[in-house]
Amino acid sequence: MELISKGRAGTLESGDICVVVEKCSDKGILIDLDSSVASLFGREIKAVITKTIQDLGFTSGVKVTATDKGALNCTIAARITAAVYRAAESTEFSWK
Amino acid sequence: MAIKQRLRRTMMFIPGNNPGMMRDAHIYGSDSLMFDLEDAVSMAEKDAARLLVFNALKTIDYGDMEIVVRINPLNTPYGKADIEAMVVAGAHVLRMPKTETAEDITECEAYIAEMEVKHGIPVGRTLMMAAIEGALGVINAYKIATASDRLIGIALGAEDYCANLKANRTKSGIELQLARETILVAARAAGIDALDTVFSDVNDEEQLIYEAQLVKDMGFDGKSVINPRQIGPVHKVFAPTEKAIEKAKRIIAAIKEAEAKGSGVISLNGKMVDRPVVIRAERTIELAIASGVLLPEEVE
Repeated sequence: MELISKGRAGTLESGDICVVVEKCSDKGILIDLDSSVASLFGREIKAVITKTIQDLGFTSGVKVTATDKGALNCTIAARITAAVYRAAESTEFSWK
Repeated sequence: MAIKQRLRRTMMFIPGNNPGMMRDAHIYGSDSLMFDLEDAVSMAEKDAARLLVFNALKTIDYGDMEIVVRINPLNTPYGKADIEAMVVAGAHVLRMPKTETAEDITECEAYIAEMEVKHGIPVGRTLMMAAIEGALGVINAYKIATASDRLIGIALGAEDYCANLKANRTKSGIELQLARETILVAARAAGIDALDTVFSDVNDEEQLIYEAQLVKDMGFDGKSVINPRQIGPVHKVFAPTEKAIEKAKRIIAAIKEAEAKGSGVISLNGKMVDRPVVIRAERTIELAIASGVLLPEEVE
């Protein structure tokens, strides 16, 4: 899977997270996070984002811009996955 | 775990792309939760909603609540992906929208079975329910209700049905009378549940109670709700009266006494109690316990 365009997913509603995933030239996975609970959960949110992207096969060259509104980890993972597939213009999900 | 026969007084719709509602959905006490991937989700968000519900079902502990997912029809670009994702996620029941023929059910069932085999899930684990939302579906109600052993019930979807009929929604519900009666009779003949449509004005509790009482008196098992505020009033309607509970308790006690004596004939106050009376008494007790107006140990 290759990132082709910007992929967006999620909303700014309470309990959700709005994310944009795109290709970048930097090494690693860059995360720009805006969250009202960043001081308490910022590290955990970033860890969930990173793991989700790594599980989808990316270890480098990915930028994520995220605005969190108190999303659960399962919501963060779902939104990141949706955004990555949209950025890759793919619908071949592997359900497991 | 998927259970074919259980209490279904209320089935609360949760929009499939609303994580805030998914997080708290189980605290309001509806008997079933129905995650909606169909009408509540725009075309552009079908992929994201499917992922969201998949992750929620895999992660959030909804206790012993029944988990239903309303999927998109199989003849849309989303139906097959919905089925695969929700079978893997462990949804107890898949609700087929806009069911018109028995073939709609058998086609879905075949694909569900294919996905269960593909993912190493016991074939038959995923149950189904059918929503009837048009004139053809009402005409074919019994064929639909008997199309699969996986079916737990059939439900009326009134908004689409009225649009199809060119009918207006009225307070009396006259426009739904034939559909409700047909669906109820078909469900009972098939031995499955009959579930009523939503009432969409969350601010009109009086009319909600009227509708719930109407369908309860007709024989329906429950009603779909769209807001947590609607759960309490519907459960109250479906809760049996004190008089009905006392009568049911006496019938159950009479059965137990007759069983203890080895007697095949049950009588109460000089009247013979036959099987349909016992079934109604058992259902009254079940509803009373579920409604919190009777403790299990109070049934002798």
